[in-house]
Amino acid sequence: MISTMECAADAQSLISISLMKIHNSRTQRGGIKLHKNLLVSYVLRNARQVYIKEKYAEIYRMQQYEEVMTVCNEIQELNPLDLDAEDAEDEEQAAAHARTSSAIFGCSSLDDCSKEPDPCYYRSCCMEPSPVPHCDQFTANNSSSSSHCNKTTVLDLDTHVVTTVENGYLHQDCCCCDALQCGQGARSPARKRKVEFSCCVSDVEDVSDFTAARKRVKREDCCYSNIDYTDTSNISNLISIFGSGFSGLLSRQSDLEQICSKQVLASLGAWTRAIVAF
Amino acid sequence: MAGPGGDMQWCFSQVKGAIDDDVAEADIISTVEFNHTGELLATGDKGGRVVIFQQEIENKNLPQFRSEYNVYSTFQSHEPEFDYLKSLEIEEKINKIRWLPQKNAAQFLLSTNDKTIKLWKISERDKRPEGYNLKEEDGRYKDPNSITSLRVPVLIPMDLMVEASPRRVFANAHTYHINSISVNSDEETYLSADDLRINLWNLEITDRSFNIVDIKPANMEELTEVITAAEFHPHQCNTFVYSSSKGTIRLCDMRASALCDKQSKLFEEPEDPSNRSFFSEIISSISDVKFSHNGRYMMTRDYLSVKIWDLNMESRPVETYQVHEYLRSKLCSLYENDCIFDKFECCWNGNDTVVMTGSYNNFFRMFDRGQRRDVTLEASRENSKPMQVLKPRKVCAGGKRKKDEISVDSLDFNKKILHTAWHPQDNIIAVATTNNLYIFQDKVN
Repeated sequence: MISTMECAADAQSLISISLMKIHNSRTQRGGIKLHKNLLVSYVLRNARQVYIKEKYAEIYRMQQYEEVMTVCNEIQELNPLDLDAEDAEDEEQAAAHARTSSAIFGCSSLDDCSKEPDPCYYRSCCMEPSPVPHCDQFTANNSSSSSHCNKTTVLDLDTHVVTTVENGYLHQDCCCCDALQCGQGARSPARKRKVEFSCCVSDVEDVSDFTAARKRVKREDCCYSNIDYTDTSNISNLISIFGSGFSGLLSRQSDLEQICSKQVLASLGAWTRAIVAF
Repeated sequence: MAGPGGDMQWCFSQVKGAIDDDVAEADIISTVEFNHTGELLATGDKGGRVVIFQQEIENKNLPQFRSEYNVYSTFQSHEPEFDYLKSLEIEEKINKIRWLPQKNAAQFLLSTNDKTIKLWKISERDKRPEGYNLKEEDGRYKDPNSITSLRVPVLIPMDLMVEASPRRVFANAHTYHINSISVNSDEETYLSADDLRINLWNLEITDRSFNIVDIKPANMEELTEVITAAEFHPHQCNTFVYSSSKGTIRLCDMRASALCDKQSKLFEEPEDPSNRSFFSEIISSISDVKFSHNGRYMMTRDYLSVKIWDLNMESRPVETYQVHEYLRSKLCSLYENDCIFDKFECCWNGNDTVVMTGSYNNFFRMFDRGQRRDVTLEASRENSKPMQVLKPRKVCAGGKRKKDEISVDSLDFNKKILHTAWHPQDNIIAVATTNNLYIFQDKVN
């Protein structure tokens, strides 16, 4: 358990610093230093764990806020004079979302999550956040001044999940059900990631990163043993390898955490895009 | 042997290297090692050069001047190379130097960079032959028909010349970066360790080596730790230890099996959960491991502490010394500026009563095991008058700073002492700052 003094803001900057170190190590004389990069990956893992936990807490807080607002709206509905057409529309969308989310995540993820000792984190991962705050978040992060959120495609470098955000709604193109099935079987981490990735690739948007990323997966197994010395492709190759590599660092418990956190990660907006930009 | 480090006072003796503040990267000292008698002191630098200093023999009987060392030999050990197959540049930086025990008039040492180990013979020449029958003095061949008599060439004295010649080159055995070499007590074999493997060599044979430890996982994605240092036991030729980035030390017995992947002993101290941070893994990584001279203990250095282990007890170290605990709250900044990755070495004194290691701001620390005392000293040009006694330094971690104390925020993290060495039989120490080598001796009353 990381000390409570470390907060999510530090975690975020540590993630950026760590990725920059990995990036810089490629151009250092003498080749990539395995020891140093291994240690950096540990920091990356620790920072990510803290960051995800903070995000869970934030989403849970937002959720509680929504529930309160929903109750308030219901109370307001009793008075037709106060009915706000926009609120009704949002409510409808929220309901549609809840149906979509349960279809995507299925019951199994809820079961898995509820086994975790701290249910408040995992409960939130299975529910779609309200489109309103998300829209605000993405609007703030987008350069466009449109009041509606633009379509944004995000690649999560840890899990290779493609997430499309349209008008504040999340669509995950990598089937989490498939990922759960993969994770529950006794399959090697490398293969699990390949299956996930191929799921994503089949639904790929027209982002150039993915064509390169697809080639990366094929090269990954044969390439990694020489990663110290022959990795001359672009930085995202290295990050994808480090992102999916060192699976020994992850315990089974944190694997489940990863699956539940996909949605959280997909909502990370700016900094995830920054990683994609690598 | 003189008294313990706590009571002892240390005096400046010499400093070697350029005075310039502008440090050339090639001049950065990367390793320091006394030979078995302490008469020779070798340094290696980032430029691939080895400089050997010799103790001034005439002064051996003058106690206050016995730590005078002068340049004995300088040679280029390694050159930068390029691995065309892997598109990888191989640095010429000397990672380690290890002396072989002396068997004849010549001295031998092993020096290594990231990939190649070399055995160097350092020999003296103080006579030259004169009076050849077929050659002139300048080397031109005589016309045989002009020779009318024969003579036996004689050896005449000449100015001492020290020659270093590479006798063996041990190459192409390491995929990863070599971090350690260690000569076996059998004086026939030695080991070399990189991040994932340890190889055993015969000093005479360069075209093959035995792999004795291999921790490379079948799937590199499952890599969790690397080898950081390795050393042979000083007396038991079948025993060696290697440390890992996870803070564990494994003792292996080569008699047990050809491949020593399964350790005979595993030394590990459980982590204190209250100290857990983002950087716990980094600061627990062991940067150096050294057996005591008597072979009963070993010492490990991690980022913040030095630990002494009894070889008979695996569960925890018998002694732990905090080198610079005040840095624990600064780990984030040290991570940003890469200082947290600095690999400090440590060393024992001749009778295993005192251990020494380096720190920042050109400070170095000594811990007296018997007296439970420690001292912080500084290697600086300001304290470099001949025989000037070094004043103990103190770092103020917080609160009101007393006079003569230095606050943590004032420490210069660019001035680091990573490499130190202690004369095997005397209280003479060699301390390497970035590009200077300081030699200190104990105060003679």
